[in-house]
Amino acid sequence: MTLSVDIHHRLGDFALEARFESAGRLTALFGPSGSGKSTLINLIAGLIPPGRGRIAIDGRVLIDTAARIFVPVHRRRIGMVFQDARLFPHMSVAGNLRYGRWFTPSSERYAKMDVVIDLLGIAHLLDRRPAKLSGGEKQRVAIGRALLASPRLLLMDEPLASLDEARKAEILPYIERLRDETKVPIVYVSHSVAEVARLASDVVVLSQGKVAASGPTAAIMQRLDLLPVEQRGEGGAVLDTKVLRHDQAFGMTVLASQAGEIRVPRLAHAVGASVRLRVRARDVMVATEQPTGLSALNILPGTISAIRPGTGPTVEIAIDCNGSTVLARITEQSRQTLRLALGHKVFAVIKTVSFDSATTAVGLPAEADG
Amino acid sequence: MNWLLDLTPDEWNAVRLSIKVATVAMIASLPPGILIALLLARGRFWGKTVLNVLVHLPLIMPPVVTGYLLLLTFGRRGPAGAFLAEHFGIVFSFRWTGAALACGVMGFPLMVRAIRLSIEAVDRRIEAAAGTLGANQLWVFATITLPLILPGLIAGSILSFAKAMGEFGATITFVSNIPNETQTLPSAIYTLTQVPGGDEGALRLTLISIAISMVALIASEVLARRVGRRMDIE
Repeated sequence: MTLSVDIHHRLGDFALEARFESAGRLTALFGPSGSGKSTLINLIAGLIPPGRGRIAIDGRVLIDTAARIFVPVHRRRIGMVFQDARLFPHMSVAGNLRYGRWFTPSSERYAKMDVVIDLLGIAHLLDRRPAKLSGGEKQRVAIGRALLASPRLLLMDEPLASLDEARKAEILPYIERLRDETKVPIVYVSHSVAEVARLASDVVVLSQGKVAASGPTAAIMQRLDLLPVEQRGEGGAVLDTKVLRHDQAFGMTVLASQAGEIRVPRLAHAVGASVRLRVRARDVMVATEQPTGLSALNILPGTISAIRPGTGPTVEIAIDCNGSTVLARITEQSRQTLRLALGHKVFAVIKTVSFDSATTAVGLPAEADG
Repeated sequence: MNWLLDLTPDEWNAVRLSIKVATVAMIASLPPGILIALLLARGRFWGKTVLNVLVHLPLIMPPVVTGYLLLLTFGRRGPAGAFLAEHFGIVFSFRWTGAALACGVMGFPLMVRAIRLSIEAVDRRIEAAAGTLGANQLWVFATITLPLILPGLIAGSILSFAKAMGEFGATITFVSNIPNETQTLPSAIYTLTQVPGGDEGALRLTLISIAISMVALIASEVLARRVGRRMDIE
């Protein structure tokens, strides 16, 4: 699947000028509120008509103002999960789930009722009315409803933004399963670094109505300057790893990454399972020689590949560890004391306890093709 | 009780006719009522204010004026009346159908108001969600909007029915007061109060009229509550 967008849209004083292509399993539209991500997703869905421009999926044109093409919403077969679920209050959960199937030609119906119900764990809710569901359950039903219309593309507009942390944690695994077990490509709107780093294969960063950057998640998450100031602490390297073994005695799991072995608190994943690891830049220390007498368990040798000024007293040091980059955020004073410069051999030091459930997630399947 | 139900044939006819006229007026008003309510709630067109005023006219004009205007328009020689009689064989003047028309027109603003309010209360974002699932506008209306405005439809219908049961001025002006054809309950009561010894009959019909209105109101309440429970809207 390739989504190509080239759109100009005015809304009062706000101008959206977005141009990007994405072929990812899950493309995140990332940016602060007011950056135009919701406008963009509504344009793709066809809920608002564009000023001018073109949007196509796999060459199938949805909008082309120059050619006067505008495929109406109900013909696009693009599923949408809204922030506020928007379930039909007068139908049961089962009625909501079945709604979209009606309108899908039987030859194009790929989503199976029992599979989707099982995937989202909503079998016990089928007879209930939407008013009787919790926020998290509503959102799962809304995902199922969109999926059962067998869409060509699934749009998710900040589906977790209105939920508390516990509910978010409840739904995230379902979105991961959705990404890994169904074929439907997903475009996911979010302003949360943690969500994007966990879920996305590709990221499009929007800022004030323009595309500030786009590319694979690992590359974007290293660009701390692209992240909103209050979430910059969440930024860092995103590493694709595999579970090498579990250390029962100490309650740890050893992950194999290109950068080397990394010990994290015990994970539930099986040996061999892929795990996506976010190494927050603020959690990484830099040593100029192999440290001894240090409690931190993860010490990765590497070479400084970039030094960028950070916010306030900080600098960002990119360390190339065997071809995989780990980002460290340290003070300018430390950099000068250690005389760090490009090309220096250093060691990235990461405490095991700095990893938690927010920074370890199910990895994307290795053969995640477009 | 026997005394109450011991009606003369003319009185019975008035009761039956009133119910028939009110029911037909209510049912016939529903489709145009929904359409106009939709236009007023959601339409953006030139002349919306004019349409709104037109719909509300029967509410503010003296009923006799409405009846007379109906006579001018839908009477035998009126433009609409002559056309309908000639091409469709539909005659209003001095027929029960005319009484139904008069009652429908008089109740129309009440019905449109109730439906319009319920349409305005519908969350359009839910309709948009139905659109993303593949439903075109007609399907969205039939499967989402219509069920969601059901309480408004019931309220509007009952208002229209109640108005028709009590309608007097426009009906008597338009289709006169012919026993067994256009003499509805109010007309019959009025006639009985004008003849010596008619008091007893007038009282009987008055009580029956009150009973019918109350039954209609209670029925609508029960229906609305059942619909409300089924929908369980937050």
